[in-house]
Amino acid sequence: MAVALILLLVAIGSVLFHIYSPWWWTPIATNWAYIDHTINITFWITGFVFVAVIAFMAYCVFRFHHKEGRRADYNPENKRLEWWLSVGTGVGVAAMLAPGLVVWHQFVTVPADATEVEVMGQQWQWSFRLPGKDGRLGTSDVRNIAPDNPMGLNRDDAHAQDDVVIENGDLHLQVGKPVKVLLRSVDVLHDFYVPEFRAKMDMVPGMVTYFWITPIRTGTFDVLCAELCGAAHYQMRAKVIVDEEREYHAWLEQQKTFAELSPARAVVKATYQSGGK
Amino acid sequence: MVDIPYEGIEGIPPAEVPDVELYHPRSWWTRYVFSQDAKVIAVQYSLTATAIGLVALVLSWLMRLQLGFPGTFSFIDANQYLQFITMHGMIMVIYLLTALFLGGFGNYLIPLMVGARDMVFPYVNMLSYWVYLLAVLVLASTFFVPGGPTGAGWTLYPPQAILSGTPGQDWGIVLMMSSLILFIIGFTMGGLNYVVTVLQARTRGMTLMRLPLTVWGIFTATVMALLAFPALFVASVMLLLDRLLGTSFFMPSLVEMGQLSKYGGGSPLLFQHLFWFFGHPEVYIVALPAFGIVSDLISTHARKNIFGYRMMVWAIVAIGALSFIVWAHHMYVSGMFPQFGYFFATTTLIIAIPTAIKVYNWVLTLWRGDIHLRVPMLFALGFIITFVNGGLTGLFLGNVVVDVPLSDTMFVVAHFHMVMGVAPIMVVLGAIYHWYPKVTGRMLNDTLGKFHFWVTFLGAYLIFFPMHYLGLLGVPRRYFELGDTSFIPSSAYSLNAFISVVALTVGFSQIVFLFNLAWSLFKGEASGGNPWRATTLEWQTPETPPGHGNWGKELPVVYRWAYDYSVPGAAEDFIPQNQPPRATQLVQGAAS
Repeated sequence: MAVALILLLVAIGSVLFHIYSPWWWTPIATNWAYIDHTINITFWITGFVFVAVIAFMAYCVFRFHHKEGRRADYNPENKRLEWWLSVGTGVGVAAMLAPGLVVWHQFVTVPADATEVEVMGQQWQWSFRLPGKDGRLGTSDVRNIAPDNPMGLNRDDAHAQDDVVIENGDLHLQVGKPVKVLLRSVDVLHDFYVPEFRAKMDMVPGMVTYFWITPIRTGTFDVLCAELCGAAHYQMRAKVIVDEEREYHAWLEQQKTFAELSPARAVVKATYQSGGK
Repeated sequence: MVDIPYEGIEGIPPAEVPDVELYHPRSWWTRYVFSQDAKVIAVQYSLTATAIGLVALVLSWLMRLQLGFPGTFSFIDANQYLQFITMHGMIMVIYLLTALFLGGFGNYLIPLMVGARDMVFPYVNMLSYWVYLLAVLVLASTFFVPGGPTGAGWTLYPPQAILSGTPGQDWGIVLMMSSLILFIIGFTMGGLNYVVTVLQARTRGMTLMRLPLTVWGIFTATVMALLAFPALFVASVMLLLDRLLGTSFFMPSLVEMGQLSKYGGGSPLLFQHLFWFFGHPEVYIVALPAFGIVSDLISTHARKNIFGYRMMVWAIVAIGALSFIVWAHHMYVSGMFPQFGYFFATTTLIIAIPTAIKVYNWVLTLWRGDIHLRVPMLFALGFIITFVNGGLTGLFLGNVVVDVPLSDTMFVVAHFHMVMGVAPIMVVLGAIYHWYPKVTGRMLNDTLGKFHFWVTFLGAYLIFFPMHYLGLLGVPRRYFELGDTSFIPSSAYSLNAFISVVALTVGFSQIVFLFNLAWSLFKGEASGGNPWRATTLEWQTPETPPGHGNWGKELPVVYRWAYDYSVPGAAEDFIPQNQPPRATQLVQGAAS
């Protein structure tokens, strides 16, 4: 019976494709292997249901397709069967939901020892900022944005002066150190997306969003924008480099602070203030 | 219902509707153009939706050409690519599927299936179509205005939707919002009609629990649409004000092309909440009519009552209600309050239970049936496979933390195309093969139909099933070109090319279907009034195609539910809803 066979082959083919196709997730680079495990659980449960439903359907088509003299059963309902199927489905759903919620709890609970870095999106490039020696990021506002202050840092905030500002460069992170990635946009929605990190979050103008990760292996990873942000959305790229401690500090030494990048402005401001007296 | 004893009913006097209740056309114009007959309006809705849907189909070919063979077609640039995806999505979801299921199938089937002469408000029903047509024309006009249509993505997220970094910022977005506003006005007029007709104009004996599931699906979807579309309406009006008058409902302080803009104080997330408060019910506004129709296709062609009718009705109602409290699962990575994740993941996965019940009951209807593998049944089987596949991948995306790596990738594109693109289209096509004989009095060609089914079903599956794995790999959606990355292997580009070739093939094969529709109109085999030997009222009309007023002098009286197929002891394997018990007894007597 050709139709039943083709239906069955669709199910079997899908499973074989799943097992043998070369396209699978990228090797993970952060602590979020939990997310991969949850996806695997979901694949097992949904894969079982998919094959079971289609195999049953194919069998029905094979066994009960019209022949001369066949007459269908009259079978309006079967409360017991319907209840058992509902309860079974409920159990399957719970088996996926429970680990999902547990991992979500971890995902939104940032460890206390996480250091902060800031990623800022704008059409169509990335900027990064690290807290300086004081360990705190200074405040910022889009209204402060000027050619010599592209991230809009607050000049009157002492914490901002020693912040490390990276424009048009790559972000470095230290392997094994939990990091809270603060996300900010100055124009439209963007989304800081590194496939190997698994975590991602939109960047929304007027808000600061975040996620946290602990990098678990060194390497260079592509940063893409995952939220449509206009004409050159597809070209909004950068790289994240996860380093060992020594290389990380060597790189950090070479970066410029906010005060070093725009000292001239500080002088102008001082003049202005004294002139106002 | 099944458990009502027929013996006590001794014959109910048929209800007569006085002639004055109907508007009678007096000229060609009022009969075929400004018609107030729901059947004509249904055909007008269907043809308009199909026409604009074909535009969206062509847009998908252009997108696939770019994705499959990047850099080959110089006439597609990055701006146009975004315009194509935006218009494709918006047309398919709203102007094709919503309009076709509710305006098309709703108008044709509701009055016939409930045993009414027409919709309750025929004049408003006519207005509904003309406002819809205007909305379609305004939308189509954006292809010809300066700057072209908007390229903001079908979700139209501000701030970018109305800023200068996005194509179509001048005219495209303004006309898009205007068209949506018109569509909602038009839909509301039609939708109120469908609801009131189902509630007030059912014929004698047609209790709610005797309604065919098609009517239940369309009715529930219409109620949902009446509650959900207002959210899109206000969002459209507010976005239009932000764009035209410089208000800041959705616009915080921001920099536009290096300059501090005049906006400030608004919230981009507010738009997303309003959009998805409409947008998620919208998925079920498309799905529930499909659920209902496919139930009737399966039951009729398997010659068996739908299994668990009452559970099926309550599942439709439960899905409809639940779908209003799951919207933020589209926003897990939007930056909204993270604790929402627990609530919305739980509600979203709970919807899987009534939905799964529907799937079980469809396949259990096949069990010990007498399955006629005619074209409508084939499409119903294709629907079950694609819907189960798309529904199950929904469990990935609904489960908040699993959504984090997959959101905004091709996995999402594959998921929603499978579940609310391919699956409902399978039902639309199956339904057209099923009801075409009633609309035209002629059968569609069976050989062409089978060819059309296999190419469309297998092709669509080959397009969207492998696409999930691109998303798993991390390939982002809405990308004009993938460029150089370290994580996308060259084999992924080959897969993209393969998908594009299949997509073009499936697209072009629809010509066979269009040919079949046109050819059979004149040359198709005459169908008679009830070619599928179905029980529901639309097959029992005195004329085929049904005349003005549907029922001749007397309205039908309903004695039984819609699924008396293969009733033990009855001579025929179906008993129409309007067949009195005594007539059935006679048949039984003759058989024994």
